[in-house]
Amino acid sequence: MKKEVTILNKTGLHARPAALFVHEASKYKCDVKVEKDGREINAKSIMGVLSLGVGQGTKINIIADGVDEKEAMDALVKLVESKFGEE
Amino acid sequence: MACVKVEDFIMDLELEPIYLGENDKIDIETSDLNRPGLQFANFFDFFAKETSSRLQIIGQTEMTYLKTLDTNVCQERLDKFFDFNITCVIICRNMDAVPEMIEAAKKHNCPIFKSNMVTTSFMSKAIEYLNSLLAPSKTEHGELVDVYGVGIMIMGESGIGKSETALELIERGHRLVTDDVVEIKKVAENRLIGEAPESTRHFMEIRGIGIIDIRAMYGIGAVIKNKTIDMVISLEHWRKNFMYDRIGTNDDYINILGVEVPRLVIPVRPGRNLAIITEVAARNFRLKNMGYNAPLELAKRINGEIHD
Repeated sequence: MKKEVTILNKTGLHARPAALFVHEASKYKCDVKVEKDGREINAKSIMGVLSLGVGQGTKINIIADGVDEKEAMDALVKLVESKFGEE
Repeated sequence: MACVKVEDFIMDLELEPIYLGENDKIDIETSDLNRPGLQFANFFDFFAKETSSRLQIIGQTEMTYLKTLDTNVCQERLDKFFDFNITCVIICRNMDAVPEMIEAAKKHNCPIFKSNMVTTSFMSKAIEYLNSLLAPSKTEHGELVDVYGVGIMIMGESGIGKSETALELIERGHRLVTDDVVEIKKVAENRLIGEAPESTRHFMEIRGIGIIDIRAMYGIGAVIKNKTIDMVISLEHWRKNFMYDRIGTNDDYINILGVEVPRLVIPVRPGRNLAIITEVAARNFRLKNMGYNAPLELAKRINGEIHD
């Protein structure tokens, strides 16, 4: 399954938010990927997520595939929508 | 098809703009080029589509010929030429465009650049550049290290110890290309090149420590920008009844972008030093490449003893 989300927090998907995102994705068995501008990377890889260079206001696609894909997708979307607890 | 920003195109090919046009991007469909001498002479057969989508390279001959034409004929031919939806025109030898050409380019919104290179040299440079732009590519999860000159991509699931293996290889004097994300390009029929995403180049993540800068820590000798992918090492948890290669005669391959890359499946277990195993794999790869195959040599020796 695939869902588009917009990164709303100020720092974008860098440093702490990136670590939180990867940590959350790693909790699930399914494959989780993040896609930006046609580049697709493993959401369980911190270097991968950082290399995408996702800033505030950027749209990304979260792609989950596997047994617990629904749980993973819900958790990650919720995390992004919560602005990673910033503000 | 590839799309390149006009500013990058200008910088990469060392061009100077004559007329920029309104688009800030150029669509590249092919790495073929065309010298439009015949079209300037009013021969437009086979020009539509394929040939008109190529970069149009103008050298001294074409330019001299254009200058021999009467103004109205020149206008008419160039108008017809640019009407084919030309991608872009590049004039070599630092020559300037004739006024009729700029006029027609403006009318059809087609950029014109000039290069100070000689036409043939420019063409080989352009073909190489276009080929690398159009090369099929993909991103893989893994490490890429240069071990004794052999480009080894280490793959395996998260947390199996890929980064740690790469780190130990760096400690032992080998060079890191990229940690965790390998951007792969197929540059020739049988050749893959891997490199790091520019933003995270030569950084590495080690669980428990965080992000480290390999270049700052180990120096310029510990890193390399890109490397061919000569073999793949797949790390996996030890499977109890799986038949691992004990002799070294099972030729296993992994297909990446249509290239068959030799692969070794290495089981991970306490007490197995993965960095040393990787070094040995690299040495063995080089021996095999130079025509020495240890299992075959051993078989020969045993056969010899039996027959003596």
